[in-house]
Amino acid sequence: MSPRPGRGTLTTALAVAVALAALLLPAAAGAASALRTELNEIEEEVMCPVCGTLLGLAESPQATREKAFVEKLVKKGESKDEIKDALVAQYGNAVLAEPNGSGFSISAYVVPIVAFIVAAVLLALGVWKWRQASGSEDDDDKSDVDGPSDEDRERLDADLARYDL
Amino acid sequence: MRVRSIIAVLVAVAIVGLLVYGLVSKGNSRLAVGEAAPSPSLPKLDESGSGSLKEYRGKWVLVNFWASWCIPCRDEAPDLEKFQQEHGGQNFTVVGIDTQDLSDDGTKFAKQYGLTYPQLHDGNGDNGHEFGTTGVPENYLLEPNGKLAWDEPGPVDAKILSEHVAPLLPPNSKES
Repeated sequence: MSPRPGRGTLTTALAVAVALAALLLPAAAGAASALRTELNEIEEEVMCPVCGTLLGLAESPQATREKAFVEKLVKKGESKDEIKDALVAQYGNAVLAEPNGSGFSISAYVVPIVAFIVAAVLLALGVWKWRQASGSEDDDDKSDVDGPSDEDRERLDADLARYDL
Repeated sequence: MRVRSIIAVLVAVAIVGLLVYGLVSKGNSRLAVGEAAPSPSLPKLDESGSGSLKEYRGKWVLVNFWASWCIPCRDEAPDLEKFQQEHGGQNFTVVGIDTQDLSDDGTKFAKQYGLTYPQLHDGNGDNGHEFGTTGVPENYLLEPNGKLAWDEPGPVDAKILSEHVAPLLPPNSKES
């Protein structure tokens, strides 16, 4: 017959249980929160191919299966890149919200840069030409400041004489 | 001035060209009867290599686009399998194309419904888009030369299969 545990033993056991719970619950909550954060991050970076929207915004049956697939891989501890690769293997490159930066997809990055450079060069050329044109107009204006020519002066005098002011 | 006009015209033409290209490439024209069906190489659903509809030239082929997450696909799968059992052979086969679906889910689906006909996997849905599908399920009957003979932009059942597909097949289609 085993002796009944004393009040002191029960109190100690209870204290240990409370301490363990206090230690483990935040850790478990933290892990769940990290999992949720990673899931949310991935869902914002991949598409639901059937809906044509970000996976995070999609509610279709296909999106539900895709989310479950992502969650399974996150729980397995796979990295974000590994999960994206797995999604590409299943659904092709179109599943990526951002182009992957190789092959034809690289044009998504290159074209805006080239367009920006071309626009900047055209703008600079335009400004340069405009400044040149306005400079020559200023020169013309300066020649006007010298006053009317002799011929104009004579015509003006003749006109004024006609009105006998 | 003349150079500037030429550049302006070229830019305008390029913009209009891009818009037209965008419209044309968005336009999902459906495969018409008599047109040759696209038959790119696709991975087999059981991951045992790749396959193509070209392999079935010489046979009538009922191409069934489906996905495991599609509820009408669950309803039509038993009827398709029954039709394959009745008519599949030397002159005819059903070919399933699991589209925009996880291959594991597709494999489980095929097992669950006991589908014995060949299955390909079109993960990104490109092959379906080439046919002009707008969803799943969709069904296309191809002649032995690979041209479209009949299509159903939705699920099929035993009645549709017996009324529209069976009459087109050669009488001795059940041969092995």
